[in-house]
Amino acid sequence: MRKSRREIVLKTVIAWIIALIWILPLMGVVMTAIRPFSEVLDGWWSLKPFTATLSNFTGALNHRTAPLYRGMINSLLIALPSTVIPLMLATLAGYGISRYGFPFRKTFILTVVLTLALPQQMIAIPIFKIMSTLGLVDTYFGLILLHTAWGIPWITFFMRNYFKTLPTDMEEAARIDGAGDLGIFFRIVLPNAFPAIASASALQFTWVWSDFFLALILIYSPDKLLATQRIPLMRGVYHVDWGLLSAASLMVMIVPILIYILLQRYYVKGMVGWTIK
Amino acid sequence: MALRKAKFRHFSYFILPALLLLVIFVLYPTFNTIFLSFVDSEGNLSLSNYREVFSSRDILDPRGLERGFPFGSLIHNLMWIAIHLPLTTLVGLFLAILLRDVKGGGIVKSIIFLGMVMPMIVGGIMIRFMFEENVGVVNLVLQTLGLEGKTWTAYPETALFALIFGSVWLWTGFSMILYSAGLETIPNTYYEAAQIDGASKFKMLLKITIPLLKPITVVVLTMTLLWELKVFDIVYIATMGGPGGSSNVLALQMYLYGFREWDFGKSAVVAVLITASTLLAAIPMMKSAGDEAE
Repeated sequence: MRKSRREIVLKTVIAWIIALIWILPLMGVVMTAIRPFSEVLDGWWSLKPFTATLSNFTGALNHRTAPLYRGMINSLLIALPSTVIPLMLATLAGYGISRYGFPFRKTFILTVVLTLALPQQMIAIPIFKIMSTLGLVDTYFGLILLHTAWGIPWITFFMRNYFKTLPTDMEEAARIDGAGDLGIFFRIVLPNAFPAIASASALQFTWVWSDFFLALILIYSPDKLLATQRIPLMRGVYHVDWGLLSAASLMVMIVPILIYILLQRYYVKGMVGWTIK
Repeated sequence: MALRKAKFRHFSYFILPALLLLVIFVLYPTFNTIFLSFVDSEGNLSLSNYREVFSSRDILDPRGLERGFPFGSLIHNLMWIAIHLPLTTLVGLFLAILLRDVKGGGIVKSIIFLGMVMPMIVGGIMIRFMFEENVGVVNLVLQTLGLEGKTWTAYPETALFALIFGSVWLWTGFSMILYSAGLETIPNTYYEAAQIDGASKFKMLLKITIPLLKPITVVVLTMTLLWELKVFDIVYIATMGGPGGSSNVLALQMYLYGFREWDFGKSAVVAVLITASTLLAAIPMMKSAGDEAE
């Protein structure tokens, strides 16, 4: 379809005005984080005086009651295994469902889809009781186990949809050559599944890093709190130090944003493919 | 016999590990929550939790009709849906169409999508920040228009609206990205043909774009509804449901009953209520997945 030059210029201008409006709140957080709080008391947009400082960042990292550096390390300790383990298990399951017939395959798929709609609130109380019984409350092992179980349904569904699009010729050829099920899976299927695995990893890591609710009900020791749990503690009771909070917010969001920028193609593909088959 | 053995082998290699975790940490807890919702404080099976929750002002507050907020968390969730669902869907569609033929549209999309990428706990902080009296950007805009500003999240009559409109800012990137992907699948020849027939732009939008995007609209509406019904982090960090419960939502109320008052029965009822609504919202998507599994 042909478009006139004027129309395109007009659309571009509108688009960039919208982008500018959209990014204003983020700009505010950045401007507040890199300046002393006394300078932004009348709004971060008043630029005189303007003194750049890192004191808000160091202040947040070494916060007296909730040092964020510890929270960032803790979040990483949770998010890495909570991405790798469910990905391994769910990739196996997704492949199994897409290739082999089971007596209750359809039930399994429906269960998986059903759990996609499930709110975390629905499992919170029994999980708390189970973890108490197992002695896993306030342990990272318990939280990783929970993230793994919670990630399995959607990753399984996602991987199954991907495997269904892969042609089976190579697998059949390998089977004729005498390769076993697991051999075929690890040597032929897995390398071909790389794009889907990258997408699912990017999303699962982001979600676990961003999780607040599951951590809130399971982790409570001050030194074990995750990054997202430390932000509410920095808010203060009587007055809000926006400089500190802005710096902390930036540091917590920079991790998923970096993943998004580095893996953008996979990230968006994952988002779209996970919702649209 | 050999076939059955092979099936069992496949099952135990591929499905069993995932299935075990799913059953122990997702399915059993789900049914256990349903069970708990019917157990009263003496340990007997009864409907007393349901009676208590549905007559509680935390959930439904009829006094709201006379004096304004709070209306109860159930109504607040419904208000969230009424404003957030049409706004994010329409703005997302508009942006996807606008940015399709804009130079640097990819960068603009990334900027708008940032709200989806950040942790929602940070999103809540940002909402609080932009609606703040002195440092908030919303008041800057209002002041340049000659209007009076305030800390919008701190007043009962505006707290919920501040959260809802803030969450539009966070979530619109979702529908925009999905619609953008959908637009790419519509062949340009459709529009060219329509142009030859003399169709107007608006007519093309109504007769070509929107009907062909229908499957995506189903997904966008479903996922957005699920998000609105489950919303928790934003409210927890920005207002804690306050002031005086005027921005409370179901997911937060479930947490408060269960982990502040340690009343598992009432908490389970709220959890069941949220789940019933999310399952209802997900029916169209489950149907298509079920058909496909045939």
